[in-house]
Amino acid sequence: MIPLSHSLVLGALLFAIGVVGIFLNRRNLIILLMAIELMLLAGNMNYIAFSNHRGDLAGQVFVFFILTVAAAESAIGLAILVALFRNLRSINVDDLGSLKG
Amino acid sequence: MDFTLILFYAFGALLLGSALLVVLVRNPVHSALFLVLAFVTAAGLWLLLYAEFLAITLVLVYVGAVMVLFLFVVMMLDINIDLLREGFWRNAPLAALVGLLMAFEMVALLLRGSKGAAAAASAPPANYSNTKALGSVLYTDYVFPFELSAVILLVAIIAAIALTLRHRKETKYQDPQSQVSVKASDRLRVVKMKSEERQ
Repeated sequence: MIPLSHSLVLGALLFAIGVVGIFLNRRNLIILLMAIELMLLAGNMNYIAFSNHRGDLAGQVFVFFILTVAAAESAIGLAILVALFRNLRSINVDDLGSLKG
Repeated sequence: MDFTLILFYAFGALLLGSALLVVLVRNPVHSALFLVLAFVTAAGLWLLLYAEFLAITLVLVYVGAVMVLFLFVVMMLDINIDLLREGFWRNAPLAALVGLLMAFEMVALLLRGSKGAAAAASAPPANYSNTKALGSVLYTDYVFPFELSAVILLVAIIAAIALTLRHRKETKYQDPQSQVSVKASDRLRVVKMKSEERQ
């Protein structure tokens, strides 16, 4: 059997890796989206661990909805990325300054 | 040590390693593939935590659809990696500092948590069906959020299509609406004229 704290530590480390990824790949929009996916996975891991620990299905239902929203988010994010690349020929975050006055 | 616990540690190490490689490797295609590995490993961990339906959903929906979409976009775009990697190692000390600090804080808090947190949960009974139980909760107590998530998916579909749709002027294509709504009078003109005298 898996103790609750082990799963929570795993989720925390995964979240920290996601944050490190956002710091390291500040220019690459695709890797930024992937780092966000990692952080969402860490949150889902915590929900599942608590659901298993408490014997309550509400946590798994929440993970279900988070998966739905994350799929929608990445689909829209990638669509924005494609539209951006079509206009700027670049996905560098530093090039996205056109709204700066 | 329990075999389940050994599996948990193995899958956890694999998950953390592949997550690190997602953010560290140079090629975006490789990092997408490592993200696939991370999701599959997480699905294995969720199976160990008795969330069978969500583990299958993670593999089918995430690895099957979202990660293929990621790979598709990464391969479609012509990216200059050198330009994007510029400043990668300059940010590394700050990133490592923040990451280690965050990890240390959360792990320290979690490991000295309450007594109940260290206890392991019991396994569900033998004839328990996770999918059936989840469905019976989802379609009764959570039916409104469930329908709301359907609306969110519809918004995502429309947004993704509307953002990437473009009309090209030079291509020739058929317009089904005008094909269906065409009338005989649009195509054929009957000209009444007097027949000429025979000479």
